[in-house]
Amino acid sequence: MIPEIGHLALILALVMAGLLVFFGLLGAWLEKVTWLAVVPFAVAGQWIFVATGFGCLTYAFVVHDFSVAYVADNSNLQLPLLYRIAGVWGAHEGSLLLWILILATWTLAVSRLSGGLPDRFRARVLGVLGLIGFSFLSFLLSTSSPFLRRVPVPDGADLNPLLQDPALAIHPPMLYAGYVGTSVAFAFAVAAMLEGRLDASWARWTRPWTTIAWVFLTCGIALGSWWAYYVLGWGGWWFWDAVENASFMPWLASTALIHSLAVTEKRGLFKSWTLLLAVSAFSLSLLGTFLVRSGVVVSVHAFASDPSRGIFILALLGFFILGSLLLYAWRAPTLGSEGGFALVSRESFLLMNNALLLASAGVVLLGTLMPMFMDAFSLGKISVGPPFYNVAFLVPTLPLILLVGVGMHASWKQAHLQRVGMRLAVFFAVAAVLSVAALAVAYGSFSVMTLLGCALGLFIVVSSLSVPWKKIRHRETLSRSVLGMCIAHMGLGIFALGVTVAQSYKIEKDISLAPGESYLLAGYRFSFESLHDVTGANWDGVEAKMVISAADRRVAVLYPQKRVYRVQRNPMTQAGISVGPTRDLFVALGEQLGEERWSMRLQYKPFIRFIWIGALAMAIGGLISVTDRRYRRPAAKNPGLPGGLGVAHDN
Amino acid sequence: MTPRRKRLMLVVGILLGVSLATLFATRALRENLSYFYDPTQVAQGEAPRGRSIRVGGMVTKGSVKRESGSLEVKFDVTDFRHTVTVSYRGVLPDLFREGQGIIAHGQLASDRVFVADEVLAKHDEKYMPPEVKQSLKKPMNEGATP
Amino acid sequence: MTTETSQSGSGRFSAFVPVLLFAVLLIVFAITLIKIGSNRLDIREIKSPLIGKPVPAFDLPSLNQPGARVSNAGLSGRAYVVNVWGTWCPECRAEHETLLRIAKDGQVSLIGIDWSDDAQLAQRWLQQLGNPYEQVASDVEGQAAVDFGVYGAPETFLVSADGVVLHKHLGALSWEDWQKEFVPLMVAAAKPVAGSSL
Repeated sequence: MIPEIGHLALILALVMAGLLVFFGLLGAWLEKVTWLAVVPFAVAGQWIFVATGFGCLTYAFVVHDFSVAYVADNSNLQLPLLYRIAGVWGAHEGSLLLWILILATWTLAVSRLSGGLPDRFRARVLGVLGLIGFSFLSFLLSTSSPFLRRVPVPDGADLNPLLQDPALAIHPPMLYAGYVGTSVAFAFAVAAMLEGRLDASWARWTRPWTTIAWVFLTCGIALGSWWAYYVLGWGGWWFWDAVENASFMPWLASTALIHSLAVTEKRGLFKSWTLLLAVSAFSLSLLGTFLVRSGVVVSVHAFASDPSRGIFILALLGFFILGSLLLYAWRAPTLGSEGGFALVSRESFLLMNNALLLASAGVVLLGTLMPMFMDAFSLGKISVGPPFYNVAFLVPTLPLILLVGVGMHASWKQAHLQRVGMRLAVFFAVAAVLSVAALAVAYGSFSVMTLLGCALGLFIVVSSLSVPWKKIRHRETLSRSVLGMCIAHMGLGIFALGVTVAQSYKIEKDISLAPGESYLLAGYRFSFESLHDVTGANWDGVEAKMVISAADRRVAVLYPQKRVYRVQRNPMTQAGISVGPTRDLFVALGEQLGEERWSMRLQYKPFIRFIWIGALAMAIGGLISVTDRRYRRPAAKNPGLPGGLGVAHDN
Repeated sequence: MTPRRKRLMLVVGILLGVSLATLFATRALRENLSYFYDPTQVAQGEAPRGRSIRVGGMVTKGSVKRESGSLEVKFDVTDFRHTVTVSYRGVLPDLFREGQGIIAHGQLASDRVFVADEVLAKHDEKYMPPEVKQSLKKPMNEGATP
Repeated sequence: MTTETSQSGSGRFSAFVPVLLFAVLLIVFAITLIKIGSNRLDIREIKSPLIGKPVPAFDLPSLNQPGARVSNAGLSGRAYVVNVWGTWCPECRAEHETLLRIAKDGQVSLIGIDWSDDAQLAQRWLQQLGNPYEQVASDVEGQAAVDFGVYGAPETFLVSADGVVLHKHLGALSWEDWQKEFVPLMVAAAKPVAGSSL
C-alpha cells in the first residue's frame, strides 16, 4: 500500500509541477496577476508530494519491504538502519528521487525566501524551476520508478558494500544540493532573459543562491574525495574519473559565476557573460547527470546504465541547454554593459579569473569527452589518464592562483597596484624563501614545480590574511563578504599547499608481509603483529594489527580490515589510517598470498589533510559571505526570518 | 591608450593565453592517451610494444596463478577468441575475480604476455567494461575453440 | 555610434557560438548512445559451439542428497534445463525468481550445477530462497562448468530428450527470455517425439 501511495504522490507532484509551469511562466507572460497567486501553492504542493514519495520509499527500506524491486535490490535484513536510509539513494532510481526532492526543496526555498522580488520575475524563476522539476519527474515516472513491485523475496540483495560508509551516506545529498542548486542561478538567468532586463539588483538576488549552491558543491566534492581516499582509492584522493569530472566542471563554472556576479552587482558589467556562465554551470550539471546515468563514459562510479534512460536525459539536456542558449543568443546582445574599466583593475583581474577558470573547465571537459569523441567517430578506443590532467590542468591554474593573490588587492575601475605591488612582491619573496627552507629541512630536496606550488600556496594564504589585517589596523569595517572571500582564498592556498606536498612526497609500496615481519617506509617501521577474525552486522572479515613506530617510539596502532559482505560476497578493503597534521600513514590489507603472508599497500601521505581542510575553508568562506548584511531583506518586511537568505535556508 | 585599445589588448591577451593553454592541453593529450586493445588484436600483433596501452577482457576461470607468498601474479584475460597472459606485481583490486571483466594498464612484453602496472575492476557487480562488451560482440573467428 | 553597432553585430554572431558548440556535442552524444544501444546484447549473442552437439558428460555428487549422484546418463530420455549458478553470483539471485516460476510451471525439469561454491552456503541459499531444481549437482572443482564452456554464472542450457544442447542463455534469465528463447524450442522439440514425457 505504502509504495502505491508513494507512486501516486509522485504523479501528483508531476501535476503540481505542471501547474507551476503553466501559471508561473504563462501567467507572467500574459500578465495575469490572479494566475501568479497560484504559484506559491503549486511550489508547496510539489514539495509536499515529492517529500511524501521520498518518505514512502524510505519507509519501504526501513521496514524491509522486499516486494518493492528497488528495495529488494539494494537492501537486506541485516543492513543497519543508517545504511537502509542511505540505501534510498544507493542506486539510480532512488538517487534520482533524491535529486528531485532537492530540486523541490530549492524551489520551495526560493519561493519562501524571495519576498523582495517583483512578482512577475519571481513567477518566472519558479516557473523555470518547475519546468526542470516537471521534466525530471516525468523521467523518473516513465523510465525509473523506484516503486515497481516484484514477487517478494525473503531477503534483499543488499546495498553495494562500498556505499556502506558514513561519508558516503551524506556525500550524495551534499553533492546533489550543489549540483541541483546551479538550477537556481539558471532559473534566475532565464527569467532575466525572458524579461529582457538585468540590473544590479538581479545580481544581488542571484548571488547568495549561487554561493550557497557552490558551498554545497564544494563540500560534496570534498566529501567524495575523502571517501575515495579511505574506501575506494587505496589512498588516492582524486582520480580524474569521468564521474568526478562531471561534478568538478560545474564547480569550476560556478566559481567563475560567483566572481562574475560580483562584477555585475558592483559595476553593472559582464552582464551577458554572467548569464552565459549561469547557463553553463547548470548545463554542466545536467551534462554530469547525463554522463553518470547513461553509460556513455567509462567510469568506476557510473550507475548501471540503460540506453533508454540515456536517450531521455539526452532529450532533456538538448531541450534545456539548446533552449537557454538560443534564448541567450537572442537576448544577450540587447543587455549591454555600460561603463569601462582600466587594464589594471579588479574587473580585469576577475575577467582573467573567469577566462582561466573556464580554460581549466575546458581541459577537464576535453579529457572527459575525448574518449567518447574518438569512439563515436571510430578513431580507436582511448582513455585519458591522470598524467594528462596533471599537466594540462596546471597550465591555467598556476597563473590563476597567482592572480588570486594579486587581484584581491586591486580596486574597482582603476587600480594602482604600485602601492600594494611592493608589499605583494615582499609577500611572494617571503613565501618562496619559507618554502625553500621548509622543503629542504623536511624533505631534503625539491623540484621547481614543488617549490612553485608551495610558494604560490603560501603566497595566497599570506595575501588573504593581509586584507583583513589591514582593515583591522586601519579600524575600517570588515564586511562579511570580504571576510568570506579572504577565508575562501586562504582555503585555496591551503589546498594548493596540500596538493603540492602530498603529490611530491608521497610514498606508496605494495609489499608481502607475514605476522611478525615488518617493513620500513619513510622512516616509519610498519610491523605486522597479528591477524584475527572480526564480524560486523552484515559482514565477516579479518583484521590485521599493525604497529607503527618511528625511532623506537610507538606512533600508532592500525587495524586494517578485509571484509566480505555476506550477501553480495564482495570483498572490501577497510584501510587503517593514522591521521596527523603533517602526514597520514595508510595501511590497506590486500589478499592472502600464502599460508600466512598477506599483500599490503603501505603509504606515507604528507600534508594530505590540507587538501580537505582547504576545501572546507573555501566552503566556510562562502557561507560567511552569504550572511553579509546587504543580502538581508529589510527586517520590517519579513520579521520572521532574521537570518536572511543564507542562514534561513541552511536547514 | 584609448579605452578601446586597452580593451582590445585585454582581449588579445586572453585569446593568446587561451590558445597557449589549448596548445599545451592538446600536446599533453597526445602524449598521455592510452589506447585499448582486446586480446584478439594483441594476438594478431596489432597492439604496439613498449607503449602504454590497456588490455581488457574476462579473467579466465582457473587461470590466476601466484607463487605462494609472492606479490607476483599471473592470469589470463580472454575475449573468448584469444587469450593474453597478464603479469602483475602488487595488490589486486577487491573486485578482481575469475570470470570478471577487468582492464589492465601497462605494456606488452611479448605477443602473449602483458605486464600490467595497474589492474582495474569496477565496483558494480553487473559491470563489464564497455570496451570489453564491444570486443566480445565481434563475430567469432573461424575455428575458434570454446 | 558606428563602433557600437559593429560591436553589437559581432556580439549577435558570437552569441550563437555556444549554441553551435553544444549542437555538435549533442550529435556526438546521440551517436555514442546509439552505439551503446546496438552493443547492448554483447556476450549474449556469442553462440556456444556446444549448440547442436551432445551434452557434455557429467557425473557429480548431489548437493542436498548425500551419496546420490547427478549425471547426464541418469537424465537421458527426457528434455531438461541445466542452470549453472553459485551463491557468489549476484545475477543468480536476480534470476532465481524466474527459475522458481519455471519450476512451478512444471513443463520441464531444472537441473542445477552449483559451481565452485561452498555447499553449506548453497544449501542455505536454497532453503531461504526456495529450491526450483529437481536435482542439484555440486561442482566444487568446476570440471563440469569447464566442459560446458561456462565463462560466468549464471548460464542456462536447454538439453533435448536425445541429449543434444539446443540453446544456451548467458546471464540472468528473465521470464520474457524464457518465453522467447526456451519455450518455442521446447515446443518444436516436443513435436517429433510426441507422447514423450515433455
